[in-house]
Amino acid sequence: MEKKAEHNIKAYGKNFTTMTPGKFAIKLRTCKIWQFIRFIVINIKMLIVVRKSH
Amino acid sequence: MARLVVLGGGVSGHTAATFAAKWLGSAHEVVVVTPNSKWNWIPSNIWVGVGEMSKEEVTFDLAPVYAKAGINYKQAKAVSINPEGVESSDKPFVTIEYTLAGREGEVENVEYDYLINATGPKLNFGATEGLGDANGLGEFTVSVCTADHAVHANEEFQKCIQKMKQGERQKFLIGTGHGMCTCQGAAFEYIFNIEHELKKAGVRDMADIKWISNESFLGDFGVGGLHMKSMGFAVSSKIFAESLFTERDVDWIIGAHVNKVEKGKVHYELLDGSMGEEEFDFSMLIPPFAGVGLKAYGKDGSDITDTVFAPNGFMKVDANYSAGSYENWSASDWPKTYQNPTYSNMFACGIAFAPPHPISKPMSSPNGTPISPTPPRTGMPSGIIGKAVAHSICDRILKGENAPLHEASMAHMGAACVASAGKGIFDGTAAAMTIYPVVPDFEKYPGTGRDTDYTFGEIGLAGHWIKHILHHLFIWKAKLKAGWTMIPE
Ligand SMILES: Cc1cc2nc3c(=O)[nH]c(=O)nc-3n(C[C@H](O)[C@H](O)[C@H](O)COP(=O)(O)OP(=O)(O)OC[C@H]3O[C@@H](n4cnc5c(N)ncnc54)[C@H](O)[C@@H]3O)c2cc1C
Repeated sequence: MEKKAEHNIKAYGKNFTTMTPGKFAIKLRTCKIWQFIRFIVINIKMLIVVRKSH
Repeated sequence: MARLVVLGGGVSGHTAATFAAKWLGSAHEVVVVTPNSKWNWIPSNIWVGVGEMSKEEVTFDLAPVYAKAGINYKQAKAVSINPEGVESSDKPFVTIEYTLAGREGEVENVEYDYLINATGPKLNFGATEGLGDANGLGEFTVSVCTADHAVHANEEFQKCIQKMKQGERQKFLIGTGHGMCTCQGAAFEYIFNIEHELKKAGVRDMADIKWISNESFLGDFGVGGLHMKSMGFAVSSKIFAESLFTERDVDWIIGAHVNKVEKGKVHYELLDGSMGEEEFDFSMLIPPFAGVGLKAYGKDGSDITDTVFAPNGFMKVDANYSAGSYENWSASDWPKTYQNPTYSNMFACGIAFAPPHPISKPMSSPNGTPISPTPPRTGMPSGIIGKAVAHSICDRILKGENAPLHEASMAHMGAACVASAGKGIFDGTAAAMTIYPVVPDFEKYPGTGRDTDYTFGEIGLAGHWIKHILHHLFIWKAKLKAGWTMIPE
């Protein structure tokens, strides 16, 4: 079983104050259906910024 | 007939030259002077550096493209500019030295009516002992800044994988090779692509991966960091970056000026003035950038390089170079038209223009060593600026010398950036980000300096798909294939 991202935190080390994603958040990153939706959303957001910049 | 000479056929110069050739038609001449025979989509060098793409997939021959566009292509490097001509002629010219096989070293003076300097960066490996010398990359580290460098980087990377498969632990050190580097984004992409490939090869547990950079906080990226809207919060890029580094078990050293590289070891100074050493088996360190070292001469042959270029070798444009300390900086310091203040027919675009000052707050160690990122000029701003400059020049040629110049300030412009964190059609990820504006405007957007409605970021497979599509789209555009003008910069 893959270890949880939070297990990489070193107590009182430099990464102690950050946030780490849980399994569900990590799963969503490569979930094809969810990412297809995000693909459309990100493209729209990027096109708006591109339009504002030209 | 007017002649526009474009120095440099990279992202910015190629955009400027191809649009100018289209807008000017055959009544005027566009000349491109660039030393390489091939165009390189530099962002994909990251994938060449981990063996996921070949050099051929990220480059193509320029000659047929320029022939199709009616551009006069000279495979040569510019050496100097005479913006006032010489005593016997007022006509300005550039002196070029051919790199074309069979004509190497041949010198020619090319006269111009308008000049665009888009020569990009000199990869200044020589600034750090052991990182390289004036001739380029040294023997201890690798680079992904050119396609050839990336091929070499992958060869070394594959050797490390073999060693790990034989049970030998390996240390990877990726980041910036000097206190005054920019382009942290490229190193960021490379470290996570390395991590992803090691996982794929089944040897991730045999590797210690460490980041070293001149940023004062993780996620600075040379733009002073950015705040992105996420889950109803405006979240700093520091949180996002630290989160990703922790998730992928990548350690970091920040605020570091690498001052010496030896075989298997770097020496560095930190912002607190302390000195340190870090060992490595494989290291990719981005060199600092400088101007390519063009000289400029007056009519009488006197050296006027200081008039035309800033001390770092980048060309002076319509920026406010006397803004002084960080507290006095303003968004209006940033150039709008990229016209040289002394010679109105000369422009600079992309990395070749001298920025007024950094974007990140300058910092130095108690020993006086400056350690903070210099300003990046990524692909989208470089392309947009190139196009705006070409537009200005074409208007002046076609409509008259007083035609108004087009503006493209980085303080009014956003950028879309997709930073790969691993390649794979179903298991790849990339951080898709937009930032608006690139240069923060603290008067217009108090607090974060940016519009958080248009500054966002998220990591996922969708970002990777976008990055992959952009690879094909930009190569398509650069080859001037059907519909190329519709693809935005
Ligand atoms: C590894 C890496 C990854 C990157 N990834 C991204 C990314 O994902 N997204 C992004 O937006 N940006 C990225 N960038 C930055 C992007 O590549 C630059 O912003 C862009 O290339 C700048 O364009 P430019 O035209 O100013 O310079 P360049 O593209 O470097 O072009 C300069 C050209 O000038 C030529 N030249 C040099 N000297 C002379 C001379 N004396 N005479 C004539 N010509 C000369 C060079 O050969 C070159 O062709 C990356 C950079 C690197 C190094």
